[in-house]
Amino acid sequence: MRLFSVLVVTGMLLAAAGCASDAPTETPVSKSPATGEQSKFFVQADYDREMALRTATPQGPSDKPWEQALDPQWADTAKYKKAGPYHLCFSNAGVGNPWRQVGIKNMQAEVSLHAEIKTFSVADAESKDDKQISDINDLLGKGCDALIVSPNTTATLTPAVELACAKVPVIVFDRGVNTKCPVTFINPIGGYAFGATGAEFLTQNVKERGKVLALRILPGVDVLETRWSAAKVAFDKSKLDVVGVEFTDGDPAKTKSIVTNYIQRFGNLDGVWMDAGATAVAAAEAFEDAGKPIPPMVGEDQQDFLKMWQDKKLNAIAPTYPTFQWRTPIIAALRILNGEKVANPWKLPQPTITSANLGQFVQPNMPPLHYAMCGCTSLPGYPQTWGGK
Amino acid sequence: MTAEATLPSRWRFGRLTGIGPILALLAVLLMVIAIRQPSFYDPPSLLAFLKRAAPLVILAAGQYFVIVAGDFDLSVGSLVTAEVVIAARLIDGDPAMTWPVVALMIGFGLMVGLANGLITTALRVPSFITTLGMYLILVGAVYTWTGGSPRGALTEEFRLLGRRGIEGIPFLQQLPYAVLVLAGIATIAVVLMRSDFGKVLLAVGGNPRAAALSGARVNLMRVIAFLISGLFAAVAAVLLGGFGGVSFQVGAGLEFTAITAVVLGGVVLGGGRGSVIGAMLGAVTLEVLFTLLNLFGVSGALKSAVQGLIIIAAVAIGRTRRN
Repeated sequence: MRLFSVLVVTGMLLAAAGCASDAPTETPVSKSPATGEQSKFFVQADYDREMALRTATPQGPSDKPWEQALDPQWADTAKYKKAGPYHLCFSNAGVGNPWRQVGIKNMQAEVSLHAEIKTFSVADAESKDDKQISDINDLLGKGCDALIVSPNTTATLTPAVELACAKVPVIVFDRGVNTKCPVTFINPIGGYAFGATGAEFLTQNVKERGKVLALRILPGVDVLETRWSAAKVAFDKSKLDVVGVEFTDGDPAKTKSIVTNYIQRFGNLDGVWMDAGATAVAAAEAFEDAGKPIPPMVGEDQQDFLKMWQDKKLNAIAPTYPTFQWRTPIIAALRILNGEKVANPWKLPQPTITSANLGQFVQPNMPPLHYAMCGCTSLPGYPQTWGGK
Repeated sequence: MTAEATLPSRWRFGRLTGIGPILALLAVLLMVIAIRQPSFYDPPSLLAFLKRAAPLVILAAGQYFVIVAGDFDLSVGSLVTAEVVIAARLIDGDPAMTWPVVALMIGFGLMVGLANGLITTALRVPSFITTLGMYLILVGAVYTWTGGSPRGALTEEFRLLGRRGIEGIPFLQQLPYAVLVLAGIATIAVVLMRSDFGKVLLAVGGNPRAAALSGARVNLMRVIAFLISGLFAAVAAVLLGGFGGVSFQVGAGLEFTAITAVVLGGVVLGGGRGSVIGAMLGAVTLEVLFTLLNLFGVSGALKSAVQGLIIIAAVAIGRTRRN
């Protein structure tokens, strides 16, 4: 028995050695260009459009970016005009990350601003396509006047959205669907703009031939692939030396150990690019713990990073994928039911936090994972509802 | 192993569980590092290395007690993850909760160790099944409880042990708390193995039947070994959580790295032979090796392959030495 168990465990160890330790994370440094092949998600026309939208002047009230639209094409909604009170329905992909948790609170608070919304029904698909498909069917049976959908995945949810379009006005936001049937599709400029903004900051702030590490969460997700592919375009044009492109799984411990390894191998790094800011603090800590100054880096609008940025006087930038977009679908639904025109697609601005405007966004009373670009500070229930003090 | 008592123990200790090979291997690797990256030997960077290695060394020490008693503990990696995720959720950024939660983590580690030990001994479930089951239970429970993404936050006070140290020490600059914790754990481990407890544990692992006949309480010893493993895993979790923050992957694969370290340190799978110093040196050697691989730019895929090779080689060598 003893011999048997030794053999079994040894076998298991061997089998597990391949997957138990860190997954392969290296990109050969010698590969030219170091940034690797361009992503197969890269679409030049979309990239060009997003680059142009970054500098477009939005229409709408400047103090309410969630009501603004960039380069709008107007959709006529007269046929949906209907007297209130309304029953609005929302099929949500899930609330499985801090970004979505802030978002759903924004949306609920926006609903509470409008007395004409009598009922607001929310179905949480818990990040499951099949649940969201049945959620949409269930909601349609509840007599919704308009349906808001934040799809879990694009292709799989398309038929369910098409079905809903035949019955009620549909508003899609955040991730898209492969059909034009919704009255409007709401989202910010997009991933190319996000990725390019961070990369351009590094090309301007890191010296020539400076060593830059690019940290990505995981491959194969369109919204993240676009961010990286735009950064790659910027890096390839620059004189920066991208010494590595690594996947972090969005995990702080893994991020910190990757950055620590790079600092050890190259002596130091001159810049860090990230496709999302959740692990920005972990990356910065790696420099602190190695006794090195934190180099120019890209983060996002989460409070933990913004606070560190302010306290340690970092040279950083935070492109955002603003959570204030969760307010817009409610506003759009009410305009549609009122027969007013709405932008379709409704492209929201994508503000950037820099050292110049950082002070407006650091909110020490808010939890560390709160997203500053929430457009929620004047909403009822702020800050307690968002976990603030 | 029953011969242990009749021979001068120092002599047998030296011959059978000699840490010579692992010391030689470590020396070679350290020499390669000296050539490749001399700055590795600056006291601050050496201490930074020890700080990073401390959790694995502690886990290897814990794993040693279980392995030398003839069992395995595959649950330590997921236990570390569970501990860190639980700590973040319970502390939730409130400094007052720091120490109560650390105490709770220690308690939880002991509880998991006790469960592993009782199931293995009282229910006679082979330990690799028990602890594999525990591994899966903990992974599943953590996912269910958190809904797939960790919530809450660790306080600066909690992270102190894993990240910071005593500042302003001449020559060293900073003496990391993790290194002090490691020194404490290593002392406890060595003292335990030098005591009667250690000798009985070796006897239990070497030949449980003979140990039982000579009056050793075999099951109790095995349960205690699991308790130590759970306790040390909890300590490692405090350090790892402090070092990296809230993470879902903090413990991923650590059980295998720890077992690799123990085996590398000359401890025989199946029990009865090997020293805890060897196991801890094995962990240090493994970390030095990983550092070296990183310096040569091959830390990814090869790291896994190297672990695989080490397990094969060490077990094969262990078998030939036994026969």
